[in-house]
Amino acid sequence: MTESAVAAPPASIPASTSATAEASRRGRRLPLRGQIGLAMTVVVVLVAIAAPLLAPHPFDDQELSRSLLPPAWLKGADPAYPLGTDYQGRDLLSRVIFGARTSLAVGGAAVVLAGLIGVTLGLLAGFWRGWTDDVLMRLADAQLAFPPIVLAVGVLSVVGPSPTTIVLLLGVMGWVQYARVVRGQTLTLRESEFVTAARAMGASSSRILLRHILPNALGPVLVIAALNMSAMILAEASLSFLGLGVRPPIPAWGSMLSEARDVFAIAWWTAVFPGLAIIWTVFGINLLGDAWRSPFSQ
Amino acid sequence: MANFVVARLLQSIVVLFVISVMAFALVLLSGDPVTMMMPIHASDADRQVLRHELGLDQPVPVQYALFVGHALTGDFGQSIKFNQAVLPLIASKLPLTLILATASILLAIVIGVPLGVATGVREGSTLDTLSTILALLTISLPSFWIALMLILLLGDGLRILPVGGSGGPQYLIMPTLALSAHSIGLVTRLTRAGVAEQMHQLYVTTARSKGLTERAIQLRHVLRNASGPTVTMIALQFGALIGGSVIVETIFAWPGAGWLLMEGVTARDLPLVRALVLVIGSIFIGLNLLVDLGYRYLDPRIRY
Repeated sequence: MTESAVAAPPASIPASTSATAEASRRGRRLPLRGQIGLAMTVVVVLVAIAAPLLAPHPFDDQELSRSLLPPAWLKGADPAYPLGTDYQGRDLLSRVIFGARTSLAVGGAAVVLAGLIGVTLGLLAGFWRGWTDDVLMRLADAQLAFPPIVLAVGVLSVVGPSPTTIVLLLGVMGWVQYARVVRGQTLTLRESEFVTAARAMGASSSRILLRHILPNALGPVLVIAALNMSAMILAEASLSFLGLGVRPPIPAWGSMLSEARDVFAIAWWTAVFPGLAIIWTVFGINLLGDAWRSPFSQ
Repeated sequence: MANFVVARLLQSIVVLFVISVMAFALVLLSGDPVTMMMPIHASDADRQVLRHELGLDQPVPVQYALFVGHALTGDFGQSIKFNQAVLPLIASKLPLTLILATASILLAIVIGVPLGVATGVREGSTLDTLSTILALLTISLPSFWIALMLILLLGDGLRILPVGGSGGPQYLIMPTLALSAHSIGLVTRLTRAGVAEQMHQLYVTTARSKGLTERAIQLRHVLRNASGPTVTMIALQFGALIGGSVIVETIFAWPGAGWLLMEGVTARDLPLVRALVLVIGSIFIGLNLLVDLGYRYLDPRIRY
């Protein structure tokens, strides 16, 4: 017992310094899989931005006479519809391309909202401590003590689905991890010398929080936001799949899969391509976020 | 310890209270249930009678008190769609969800823990890189897409598994695979991280110098020390799986609590939805409580 207590400190010091050195060295350059993830993410963002230029057809151009055309390389295909068509004869490729906009917009807005709420509450909890901290952290526990999808389904069954509702719901449900991290950072930072110095110079609490503590606490927040983005995109797709998210005619990958449920046994492409789009996006962001996180976590 | 248990119990009760308020508000916000329950041509007097019977003519706090009072005695009202008492209905469906969630978590442990240990002790190896990427990929797969692909390949394509319903064990296979993929990735990653961290500890060197085999070190020392976060996560995952079962059960027509929730939502059967939100929430809270209390036995260093 005493032996290990004596042995522990000297052993841990070189270990942690080498880890820091390693982290800063790696921090300059993303590992390969991070770069792949970044490339995958950039592709999705570009596709979303250039959607009207890239999509060969309007996303809502229906024509029942060309219902369920197979992808271009199969027999009976129309080369004008490279990935085939859905039940209503809409071009699958164009809908997958426009779906990127929905995913990124809803996911991004939800991340921003969750981040704003979480960072604000985390700053306040860490700065004021006392009962503010107690109440907010218990609230965070309560939030985590509930399966989000059940809550979302319950709420959406009452208020009715729309992109705005989804963003509000996901944003309000997603603040906890931001708040926890920022609170931790704030607790440390508020004791630091530059905060004492600012206080001595007569800076107000809000100035200290916004100009001194917030910028220093933001690093980990960006990493959380990256990983949170993929979770939000998956959540939106899940809700849309259940018919409680983004609904037709707005193209969303989740609702495309939902529509495919009735026909995918005879037209596999309706289920495969929107799914691959989700996986490409989420996997890309996860690869990036994961590689990005490692230098921070050590 | 006793203080901690009491504090933790109180906290659970507070959370339960918050959830009950939300479940109650769910119905309150959805408009007048009487309009939904009565035929269009019902007279105003009939509506008043029903409103009175349901206690809807009372002030909101009284309504809430009545709701909680009834809920505590197991009375969650009548399901509109299924036309029977809500609680027995949920009780008849819940076991199927628990079976599905248990099967999924077991699969996640059976695959994730050995893979996590195998890669954690060989940090940076090809197997490690491969497994890290695979784990990230499974985390990125939407459960409903896995479900559709399984149906396409194993159900419609090879016709070796039933595409929906419940019955023998063969009905359990595809829902379990679809539901557990995410957990497999998470368990693998967390076990790997824990094991990799523990492998750098001095007690590993000590154990080696005592002449213990690598296997004994990994299983008896490292895995045990690394298991804390994994066990917590597994328990939390179990709750998440009950939530995730909403999607998977709906696809496979697996008649559990998640399926029931979607049936209730589709039919706007609010008493049913409300009770399910409350019941599933309670299970989740109970699990969290058990994890926190049970943690101490896994890690005796934690003292309250």
